[in-house]
Amino acid sequence: MTIRGKASIAGAYEHPLRVIPDRTVAQVHADVAVGALADAGLSMDDVDGYFCAGDAPGFGGFSMAEYLGLQLRHIDTTETGGSSYLCHVGHATAAIAAGKCSVALVTLAGLPRSDPASMMGGARAMFASAPEAGFEMNHGMAIHGGYALAARRHMYEFGTTSEQLAEIKVAASHHAQFNPDAFLPKAVSIEEVLESPLVSDPLHRLDCCVVTDGGGAVVVVSPEIARDLERRTVKVLGHGEAPKHTNNGRIDLTHTGAAWSGPRAFEEAGVTPGDIDYASIYDSFTITVLETIEDLGFCEKGKGGAFVADQGLRAPDGRLPFNTDGGGLCNNHPANRGGMTKVIEAVRQLRGEAHGEVQVPDCQLALAHGTGGSLANRMGSATLILGQEDA
Amino acid sequence: MSDLPTFAPPVTPETKPFWDATAEGRLVLPRCTSCQTVIWYPRTFCPACHTEGVEWIEATGEGTVYSYTVTHKGDGPWRDASPYVMAYVELDEGPRVLTNIVECDPATVTVGQRVSVRWDPTEEGPAIPRFAPVG
Ligand SMILES: [Zn+2]
Repeated sequence: MTIRGKASIAGAYEHPLRVIPDRTVAQVHADVAVGALADAGLSMDDVDGYFCAGDAPGFGGFSMAEYLGLQLRHIDTTETGGSSYLCHVGHATAAIAAGKCSVALVTLAGLPRSDPASMMGGARAMFASAPEAGFEMNHGMAIHGGYALAARRHMYEFGTTSEQLAEIKVAASHHAQFNPDAFLPKAVSIEEVLESPLVSDPLHRLDCCVVTDGGGAVVVVSPEIARDLERRTVKVLGHGEAPKHTNNGRIDLTHTGAAWSGPRAFEEAGVTPGDIDYASIYDSFTITVLETIEDLGFCEKGKGGAFVADQGLRAPDGRLPFNTDGGGLCNNHPANRGGMTKVIEAVRQLRGEAHGEVQVPDCQLALAHGTGGSLANRMGSATLILGQEDA
Repeated sequence: MSDLPTFAPPVTPETKPFWDATAEGRLVLPRCTSCQTVIWYPRTFCPACHTEGVEWIEATGEGTVYSYTVTHKGDGPWRDASPYVMAYVELDEGPRVLTNIVECDPATVTVGQRVSVRWDPTEEGPAIPRFAPVG
């Protein structure tokens, strides 16, 4: 049994703001829940399944179900960092296929710009109790430092260059200039990326994603409900997920969990990388994109630098138009988690509702990929293949 | 001894043999008594054959740099220590361990470079392993 075509995304909503000084995390979860349900043409009373991750306040799923007034028969609080929401869409589809719910709401929200303290409590407590904590706490692992370790090793093994990594930011900024809500709406050049300060060598400040308040939500529904909705829906065709960790101290920094989650998603969907018209690729850092497109099979391992260097990621004409909203690198990385916005832009592309300058013509098949945690130690990878309503 | 921020690690019955050895300037590693795999990070459960039971072996304290980064903008107490070198060092016994490269100009660190262990003591007793270029 597979989940191919067993559910559809009927609603998708991205919070329009990037700085939200006057609302709580729970309020922003509510904002995006209302937005996604309205987009689908459904109401809070229709929701019988709810999915959220570590960004939800208090007791997570319990607290938010109470806050929103949901009456549920299915709840899933899978936490794999920024990739959680791609897992949720896969899990929601499986739950719908199994008859556990028929309208699944997935929400994400966070305020890392306006209220950094709201973000850190959970992560700190988690790390303090981790069995590896004593062996990793004394070495100054900044988030960008961890990704820099991966970038350095990739450069060493494959000759990848800073210019090639920079093109990933340039392509994202090329798209962001058409997004009026983007946090960084200005197109940048390779030189500007290379001239921005080094944060952790070889990564520059502009190799990093933005830090933004905000959130997003999607609504996943059964085929029966999708049929009765006026709004165009998007079919879930394949899903794969995989944790990757330090592997008993034999960590490999040049692969991500996408090397496992990707093939599972492609197999379930019955398609190959060459069939994909548009890809949302998790972009916490430029190196995240580079390793992921290799691992998903869009090019050979080690050839990602050459793949991006000839503007292959630029919409609408590149070989693999990616992150046409500007991605986490330029548009939005709400709650320090980029997974939800990856799903939302893929839905826009399949509905033909991306900005005209970056809409992929006749976009029939899209991929969305999430990477939670860190390339430097342990990560959660999740891949979705989505298709048009009649796919 | 480096001037990097150094905090006492949590010591549990599971990890006490490792940290006790560091206080004496010795690097020991757990090795599975069933399958002989050298384990990292230190624990008594073998992630290779999934059984409990280790013996603690004396490591050479030498290895090669697998990857490194010069961090210019560290977090919290590391802000003032910037720039510093964070690295994975592949020990001669196999594991790749997260650490810092010290006692050298950060600009001279390279992948594949030979390094050996240095110890930064904590007031509580355990010492933190960091590495310096050989020769
Ligand atoms: Zn064993």
